[in-house]
Amino acid sequence: MIKAKIEVTLKKGVSDPQGLTVQNALKTLQYAGVQDVRIGKYVEIALDARDEKEASEKVKSICEKLLVNPIIEQYRFELERV
Amino acid sequence: MKFAVVVFPGSNCDADCFHVIKNVLKQPVEYVWHQESDISHFDCVILPGGFSYGDYLRTGAIARFSPVMNSVQPFAKKGGLVLGICNGFQILLEAGLLPGAMMRNSSLKFVCKYVYLRPENVKTRFTEQYQKTEVLKIPVAHGEGNYFVEPDVLKKMNAQGQIVFRYCDEQGEVTRDSNPNGSLENIAGIINEEGNVLGMMPHPERASEQILGSEDGRKIFESIIKAIMK
Amino acid sequence: MSSLMMMTEDIITQHGLTLEEYDRIKVFLGREPNFLELGLFSVMWSEHCGYKNSKLELKKLPTTGSGILIKAGEENAGAIDIGDDWCIVFKMESHNHPSAIEPFQGAATGVGGIIRDIFTMGARPIALMDSLRFGRLDEAKTRSLMTGVVSGIAHYGNCIGIPTVGGEVYFEESYSTNPLVNVFCLGIARKKDLVKGKAVGMGNPVFYVGSSTGRDGIHGATFASDELTEKSHEDRPSVQTADPFMEKLLVEACLELFKKPGCVVGVQDMGAAGLTCSTCETASRGNSGIEIDVELVPRRETGMNPYEIMLSESQERMLVIAQKGKEDEVLKTFEKWGLHAALVGHVTDTGRMVVKEKGKVVADVPSKALTDEAPLYKRPAKRPAYLDEVNRLPDLSPEKSNYTNELLQLLSEPNIASKQWVYEQYDHMVMDNTVVLPGSDAAVLRLKEAGKYLAMSSDCNGRYCYLDAYQGTLMAVAECARNVVISGGRPVGLTDCLNFGNPLKPESFWMLQKAIEAIRDACLKFEIPVTGGNVSLYNESPQGAIFPTPTMGVVGLIQKESDITTLSFKEEGDLIFLTGGFGKGLGGSEYLWRVLDIQKGPLPAFDLDEEWKLQKFILKAIQKGWLQSAHDTSEGGLAVALAECAMQGKKGALCELKTSGLRGDEILFGESPSRVVVTVKPQLKDDFIKLAQDFDANIVQMGMVGGTQLKISYGGKLLIDSKWQELEKPWRTAIENGMKMSV
Repeated sequence: MIKAKIEVTLKKGVSDPQGLTVQNALKTLQYAGVQDVRIGKYVEIALDARDEKEASEKVKSICEKLLVNPIIEQYRFELERV
Repeated sequence: MKFAVVVFPGSNCDADCFHVIKNVLKQPVEYVWHQESDISHFDCVILPGGFSYGDYLRTGAIARFSPVMNSVQPFAKKGGLVLGICNGFQILLEAGLLPGAMMRNSSLKFVCKYVYLRPENVKTRFTEQYQKTEVLKIPVAHGEGNYFVEPDVLKKMNAQGQIVFRYCDEQGEVTRDSNPNGSLENIAGIINEEGNVLGMMPHPERASEQILGSEDGRKIFESIIKAIMK
Repeated sequence: MSSLMMMTEDIITQHGLTLEEYDRIKVFLGREPNFLELGLFSVMWSEHCGYKNSKLELKKLPTTGSGILIKAGEENAGAIDIGDDWCIVFKMESHNHPSAIEPFQGAATGVGGIIRDIFTMGARPIALMDSLRFGRLDEAKTRSLMTGVVSGIAHYGNCIGIPTVGGEVYFEESYSTNPLVNVFCLGIARKKDLVKGKAVGMGNPVFYVGSSTGRDGIHGATFASDELTEKSHEDRPSVQTADPFMEKLLVEACLELFKKPGCVVGVQDMGAAGLTCSTCETASRGNSGIEIDVELVPRRETGMNPYEIMLSESQERMLVIAQKGKEDEVLKTFEKWGLHAALVGHVTDTGRMVVKEKGKVVADVPSKALTDEAPLYKRPAKRPAYLDEVNRLPDLSPEKSNYTNELLQLLSEPNIASKQWVYEQYDHMVMDNTVVLPGSDAAVLRLKEAGKYLAMSSDCNGRYCYLDAYQGTLMAVAECARNVVISGGRPVGLTDCLNFGNPLKPESFWMLQKAIEAIRDACLKFEIPVTGGNVSLYNESPQGAIFPTPTMGVVGLIQKESDITTLSFKEEGDLIFLTGGFGKGLGGSEYLWRVLDIQKGPLPAFDLDEEWKLQKFILKAIQKGWLQSAHDTSEGGLAVALAECAMQGKKGALCELKTSGLRGDEILFGESPSRVVVTVKPQLKDDFIKLAQDFDANIVQMGMVGGTQLKISYGGKLLIDSKWQELEKPWRTAIENGMKMSV
């Protein structure tokens, strides 16, 4: 079995109200030097696949079909054999 | 006697609570801006519903760091009455003034509707005006009201009468269908061990006038007033 | 001035401008425009901002009336006097295309936009309604669009704390790839607190407040132009994201600031065409000029050029023109709410909109050229040929002796079924004002501060308008006003959102024209002024245009609390009357379409005078305190109306329809307009009949409230016989179950 560790984040340039609010909160809590906060999603999927290539194609398709809204989000993932 | 209604950036039931206390119950009440730190002259502090800081990150997670919350902690320690409604409840959980945590509704959807509640403990300073046999009709409006707490803590809370309200059906039966958010044991409201900090998801301030469809929430405020007068 | 480049025909048309329009720009400027200036004209002369295809038609609408404080078109929204120093401000707007691309963000930003239109007027927004249209519910695409749109509206409205109190949801093939998201917002203000969108007073500072500017929603982002940006198009989002928390801060900060005497001269939100629109419109309204430097505009991305900054449609941004000398107070108020106000420019007396970049002029255009001088077109109109075909009704199948199953089917049709699945996701009670919750004919609010009551409704049946644009629109205005009236209100204003296809197609334009004529005629008859609204054209997909959908929003004033009337049966023994008669014809009905699979007209007859008479009569009966309940017949006809009264009142009824010459299904399910089912206490029967005679209103007693069974008989046959609980089950769960179908 292969485990895919997927990170979904907002594309550069898409405003992230959540990140911005957390950034302001950190400023209030006196954390100096926090330049930017972006918040994303982390998804783990365990799947059967012959090899990494097949797994990678599957995960790509899953991301593009369901997990990610390509208009505002981007993704990247790592595969791990378990 | 004086009530405080705390205003966080993003609070949106502050004006409703203020209205009910001032115009329905005719009691003195003031808004307290989240930056303020002196709340010693109040008898009861209300943390109202809303989306403090947009509910970004986690509900209540950022609001609990507001200066006013630094004062609510000692205020509660000294026995001052604190009522957290909806988002206010979530803030009390994040601040550790009440046990447990809030998760997303099991439906994954925001839910706004009238629900029925059973008062489980009518001996608190917030519920003394209720009868144990009453079934209350009070609305909820939240996306994260799915209350969770560890089993051993829950056991203790049950034993100590800390579960104050449970969701039930119109007849007062605690059923799965009557639970709007999947909360543990249909919990709708809880109180701390000392009995002076109450958190609840339903909105009593929306059920305090006949014209809005229910007056069943008003007794919470009336109980508080009675308790303070004592 | 930056390097003047010769515009190629390509660049001009990619900006949505014609060569004639380009020549017109050159006349205004006395030279060739530069790239930025072309962009400014492009957005301001678009249909969205300049209404170039619809304005000549819209001018036909009646915009005056006794209560009108601010007329349609003068400001972001019209304002109506409701007495005792209070006024209301309301408007409806579409966000169709953004919602088709990204339903969650598209719908959410639509809500954000309409709220800004209201609070920039100085009014506190207190109610939202949403008119939504999707394709058929059994299509997976519909379910995913609807899930996104509804949660987007919920996300914004719930977070900002403005109740979503009403609206409508329709499912119809023609909206399948082009959903309609029409959002309505109403605000309340003291008359003296109304704020104008004007830039006046030479030297007055211009502040920018709210979210920073990004590359989202830049008009013309679709055309490839390397001169514009070094970035590739993949990472340049064109969908705006919503931040209701930011807007909540803006609402509170602005309303607080507006109350401080002498601080604010004018305000405008940055909606479509962003900074461009807000600057030139405020200058134009103020007969002044404005000068800003884009270098001072807060940005969230690096390397943005003036074109991008001026045309960005980033959300939750406002332009505030302050009184000189009050700068500190302005800054302090925004800071209290954690907002940064940036001084970006000042008001001038040149009549020109000047954009600088680090002090260097990059655009210099007469303000009025962008606004008042936008070109206006009278497009060719032609009656669509399909109308003849769709208005010929084929022979119907033979009558049946019982229609209970058909009623059950209709109650579970998504267009008729309860919209509980939708409105329970909206906070419809926050603000402690909602007296009549969603699910009734109109939402009713009390205004705590003003001691008044309002009823509001939004309505349109696109199928009616497809079959007959003029009459369908008359019926939409009539139903909307009727819904307000039967809830106890006297209509005081109407806003409309006109959703149509491509105006360059003569058939589409003809329908737009007919709809506007109908709104005019109905509003003149009902004495309701049009306070504003919006036009959404080009609603087309490869399958063709949407059904013409002129959505109406009507607001009415209820005199006293006891006038508030709901549709549910109240007490056993109450007498049931039908006002407006039994009606004739099944054309255009939900029954014809869903049960008999015929989507055809002609529509049943409609008469404005009869409608007006009916409304005046019902309102009088309500004000006399004689009506226990009132509910108009609409989709699904008389049978569905009676079922709704029964289900919501948790009571049965025994009805006998004493007439002849109609088919059983026609009398039950025909959607003949101008009819209201009312209940009256038995002891008031004679008074009620007398009043009907005074008003020359057509009333007929149908039966009595009682028991748990809904029984309707006609011509000696028991056509409907069912427990109200049996009717309620499919009605209440149809949409929820439909949404559960696998994707």
